[in-house]
Amino acid sequence: MTNSLETLRSELEERFADIPFLTEINYDELTIEVPAAHLLYVCEALRNRFDFSQLMDCCGVDYLQYGQADWDTETATSSGFSRGVSKGVYEEDEATEKQRFAVVYHLLSIKRNQRLRLVCFAEGNPPYIDSVINIWNSADWFEREAFDLYGILFNGHPDLRRLLTDYGFIGHPFRKDFPLTGNVEMRYDSEKKRVVYEPVSIEPRTLVPKVIRHDNRYAD
Amino acid sequence: MPEIRNYTLNFGPQHPAAHGVLRLVLELDGEVIERTDPHIGLLHRGTEKLAESKPFNQSLPYMDRLDYVSMMCNEHAYVMAIERLMGTKVPIRAQYIRVMFDEVTRILNHLMWLGAHALDIGAMSVFLYAFREREDLVDCYEAVSGARMHAAYYRPGGVYRDLPDKMPHYKASQWHNDKEVKELNESRQGSLLDFLEDFTQRFPKLVDEYETLLTDNRIWKQRTVDIGIVSPERALNLGFSGPMLRGSGIAWDLRKKQPYEVYDKLDFDIPIGVNGDSYDRYLVRMEEMRQSNKIVKQCINWLRNNPGSVMVDDHKVAPPNRETMKGDMEGLIHHFKLFTEGYCVPEGQVYQAVEHPKGEFGIYLVSDGANKPYRLKIRAPGFAHLASINEMAKGHMIADIVAIIGTQDIVFGEVDR
Repeated sequence: MTNSLETLRSELEERFADIPFLTEINYDELTIEVPAAHLLYVCEALRNRFDFSQLMDCCGVDYLQYGQADWDTETATSSGFSRGVSKGVYEEDEATEKQRFAVVYHLLSIKRNQRLRLVCFAEGNPPYIDSVINIWNSADWFEREAFDLYGILFNGHPDLRRLLTDYGFIGHPFRKDFPLTGNVEMRYDSEKKRVVYEPVSIEPRTLVPKVIRHDNRYAD
Repeated sequence: MPEIRNYTLNFGPQHPAAHGVLRLVLELDGEVIERTDPHIGLLHRGTEKLAESKPFNQSLPYMDRLDYVSMMCNEHAYVMAIERLMGTKVPIRAQYIRVMFDEVTRILNHLMWLGAHALDIGAMSVFLYAFREREDLVDCYEAVSGARMHAAYYRPGGVYRDLPDKMPHYKASQWHNDKEVKELNESRQGSLLDFLEDFTQRFPKLVDEYETLLTDNRIWKQRTVDIGIVSPERALNLGFSGPMLRGSGIAWDLRKKQPYEVYDKLDFDIPIGVNGDSYDRYLVRMEEMRQSNKIVKQCINWLRNNPGSVMVDDHKVAPPNRETMKGDMEGLIHHFKLFTEGYCVPEGQVYQAVEHPKGEFGIYLVSDGANKPYRLKIRAPGFAHLASINEMAKGHMIADIVAIIGTQDIVFGEVDR
């Protein structure tokens, strides 16, 4: 399996020698990362030249808090660990200009019996990327979902409406700075005789803090 | 010449044939469907976001609630994704148990599909027969995990516990007297494996029974033949998988092509369709039930002869048993750590797909080294299938939309997540 992935990797590197292009093989899976400007070109080639006829999945990822934990476990603090008070929202790291939103495509080739993960970071604010709907029609709802949950705009998508959230929903709930409890709650107001929306009355809390432990067993 | 008007019709979300909470906005030309616009998300619970806020093990029961008619298959993809990131090797007995229950689940799912699909397009009695057999299989779920639906039986590192030695018995009540109860309990005298084996011997005949009701039934054929035809090229482009893809004549099954667990050691066949219509997909699923039955049989034989551990011995992942926990300091610490903090999964990302009864069910897991997933994406087969309903329904009569929803085997738990 790994051998054939290596072959595929070198084939891809040869084919796309002219564009900045990152590849990685981990856990028997090949990941390639391409700049957003070349997305359509790469996707077309992947489908037509490399037989990746199926787009199995396409989703957004928000890298805002990647690698940030509630507790610092490396050095024990003198004040002791605090419990259950985390807002679940972390400070934004302005210094590092990491790109925040990635769109991840999972491709499957039935002919080659191989999978490929294509990662592409969306640029701009709001994040913006080309739609692959004309290459794989299955991208239709997957892109609508990514737009709904992450606010990523897909250039060229013919019908980019919200998909999963409520009619009239405000915000993009899967962004890491969107609270788990949401922003509004809904109840029936017997005086007004209708359903009213109000700001949430519950406080965000963390039941189990997020910790990152570097386990030496997994070190190479 | 009467004037023909175009209608926009709202279908669902509270409609018995909507399989849950599907709302369709149909644009009709007379009785012919011009455009279908599904509105989904009425059952959206934000499973993926919830999972990001919990340790890995606590999200496991959410997986049961995705596709709530094939619970264990959902769990399977999730635990396999975690195991791959951690490099956990699952004991072989646990792998056989998982495969056996995957196939039991496939039969459960297909029986549910068969009953509901037939009921939707006018065949009442199949539903009753299908649920009679589902009852036995759901009893197996209960015997092994304590829950009839939401089992939470697969755990990272194996399965929760070994198969039980006895099946629960029926008790006499005001509805069943002693004699009836004795008959009901006849197959439940032995272990779970005995009960399942008895089931696998009965089951092929029962599938024949369903087939006599439907396969050559004139009305059934009128409602399904040439309804919702999908060509192989379109099926690929629309991201179809599972029986929807095989119905269009593409021999693709992850159990054969990218075998996981012990599927490569088992003998079974992959049925495929020819025309890609609803009738072919019906035939494919019927044959899949027979094949699943065959796999369950093989697993029973293996499991009888090979006792062993069903959970990894690594207490960083799997909790120690109660005795160790109470008597051993190390065990107590492991137990405490696992249930208060969970385990940290090394940084990385995997996409783990399984051949779910409905198609390819995938878990895309991104971990940043923490005790919670950084991102969990659930690739639900029904999501891709339902997205194509506009194309499948175009030009059909309005009554056929129900047949098309039925043939897609839609469950909203997984579509809306």
